Amino acid sequence: MNIHEYQGKEILRQYGVAVPEGKVAFTVDEAVEAAKELGTSVNVVKAQIHAGGRGKAGGVKVAKNLDEVRTYAGEILGKVLVTHQTGPEGKEVKRLLIEQGCDIQKEYYVGIVVDRDTGRVVMMASEEGGTEIEEVAEKTPEKIFKEVVDPAVGLQAFQARKLAYSINIPTKLVNKAVKFMIGLYTAFVEKDCSIAEINPLVVTGDGNVMALDAKMNFDSNALYRHSDILEYRDLDEEDAKEIKASKFDLSYIALDGNIGCMVNGAGLAMATMDIIKHYGGDPANFLDVGGGATTEKVTEAFKIILSDENVKGIFVNIFGGIMRCDIIANGVVEAAKQIQLDRPLVVRLEGTNVEQGKEILNQSGLNIVAADSMADGAQKIVELVK
Amino acid sequence: MSILINKDTKVITQGITGATGMLHTKGALDYGTQMVGGVTPGKGGTNVDIELENGSTASLPVFNTVSEAVRETGATVSVIYVPPAFAADAIMEAVDAEVDLAICITEGIPVLDMVKVQKYMEGKKTLLIGPNCPGLITPDECKIGIMPGYIHTKGHVGVVSRSGTLTYEAVHQLTTRGIGQSSAVGIGGDPVKGMEFIDVLERFNEDPDTYAVVMIGEIGGTAEEEAAEWIKANMKKPVVGFIGGKTAPPGKRMGHAGAIISGGKGTAAEKTATLEACGIKVAPTPSDMGATLVSVLEEHGLLEKCITKK
Repeated sequence: MNIHEYQGKEILRQYGVAVPEGKVAFTVDEAVEAAKELGTSVNVVKAQIHAGGRGKAGGVKVAKNLDEVRTYAGEILGKVLVTHQTGPEGKEVKRLLIEQGCDIQKEYYVGIVVDRDTGRVVMMASEEGGTEIEEVAEKTPEKIFKEVVDPAVGLQAFQARKLAYSINIPTKLVNKAVKFMIGLYTAFVEKDCSIAEINPLVVTGDGNVMALDAKMNFDSNALYRHSDILEYRDLDEEDAKEIKASKFDLSYIALDGNIGCMVNGAGLAMATMDIIKHYGGDPANFLDVGGGATTEKVTEAFKIILSDENVKGIFVNIFGGIMRCDIIANGVVEAAKQIQLDRPLVVRLEGTNVEQGKEILNQSGLNIVAADSMADGAQKIVELVK
Repeated sequence: MSILINKDTKVITQGITGATGMLHTKGALDYGTQMVGGVTPGKGGTNVDIELENGSTASLPVFNTVSEAVRETGATVSVIYVPPAFAADAIMEAVDAEVDLAICITEGIPVLDMVKVQKYMEGKKTLLIGPNCPGLITPDECKIGIMPGYIHTKGHVGVVSRSGTLTYEAVHQLTTRGIGQSSAVGIGGDPVKGMEFIDVLERFNEDPDTYAVVMIGEIGGTAEEEAAEWIKANMKKPVVGFIGGKTAPPGKRMGHAGAIISGGKGTAAEKTATLEACGIKVAPTPSDMGATLVSVLEEHGLLEKCITKK
């Protein structure tokens, strides 16, 4: 789960990580009021969307007085920002962060992830702050320093010191950087983050080490033990179909194509998208109905797929293991009747009770095209939506 | 022969009195697996009676702890169907009880819980498969997990995969061609897990009854690339591959916690290129896994030997 920058900074503050003073604003008046309360001469008006690259897209402005805060807030609120992370359709700005300006001496990068190779939490740091870390990794990997954390003891001060010296934090600020890094690590593990990225971390003219930006993602498997994080969820930032799917425990991701897919198992669902593409079609979604699909779940899955107006046909690909084919077939027939399905439907069933399943489809009186294999099904649906 | 499990393997179920644990313990018994007991804290001293497909009833003892279950039954393998919030604890309990192999089917365990589990397992004897996996099977001998048993045939091709249903798809394509399997192992779709591809490939390499291997990967991480390099350097037997997720958009988690392209890394194109560079033939579509294996077996003169069901 993603959260906004200002929310990330609220969490970091709880862990003693220094961040600039700031306030969230939903309207222009609130933005001006926030700036007044902050009381500094220079404020930064920052668009809050769940995507990076906001600065380049015109979503971050420095205001030298309250009039400028009003002007910039008016410009940015409601604006659709298109960045390299939003996709071409962009994202509308509905929230602003009004933050005290600070005297930046130098920008750095600090990030934490779970490293799959070692199965450990790893902290990374670089002197090349402010730029995309992927770009640094690509062009000058020697400028990224890493410390692997032993989960039994957590990030140690010496490790943070090693990183701070490696990236040339001014010597008299190293202790502040160490405190910063340990606070960030503690937030990461206590809140079950999947990514915590501070880009840039800055040292300021008045001798502070601060997080100027904060990107925090959370492990969705661990949200059950973090009700405070769940409250940060911003449904405006998510696809409406994906929200609906999550309510029915369906794993759904919207894509750009016109062939709706309903599959059991994440690997098979991905492979189904791939094979549609292989035969010249375009998948409209990833959808894993999971292991225990009921008629209700299948019906909801159909409704979600069809609520995407680009969908011109549906391919159902089920390998029934625990889930029996006759149950799936009943669910498909029931769902197709309920929603009065008006678009082509190709069904490929394999696995437990496959013969009964096929029989149910054939006798349904519905216009369902049966397929013998994944390849056969993919070819048929690609042909039908042409 | 086979890897990891066979007809003599004695197995217990952690979470045996839950609906999922019960269902799949029955499935394993119906297949012929030697299920010898189970663990549910608080229900020790009772028995669960399971009605089998052949009309008989199996009565399995339930214990409060894994140690006790292992001591009383002689089990060497434990399969875990415990809800995600308690699964890491269950794995560590199995490790503490020194089973040879723990298999965790549970999906949705927090990643940082698995980081702790991995640390805990260092220097211990137990191997772990999963979590978030279908389990493993040695056809006609022992089935541990949630896969449909009847699609498998005994034979000489090893299967190892990060995805459950894609494993079934591959096995089905082999069986319909008469090609049996030595063992099929689902290692699971989580980013931090037990055995990786290489751990399973090493065992297939040493198993005299495995003549070739199908390896099924997906987007995210670099395990497939590492496996490919290992195969090039060490594998004595032909391997064919498939990588799912060619069309997956970057930055989106595709169902499995580990199936995500992040920072431009872990794409299907990258993985496929590395596999091919290491001499592994990659099936162009998931429907071609069987056909790709057949072509490679033919090249190596192994096809006849691998057809175990006429």
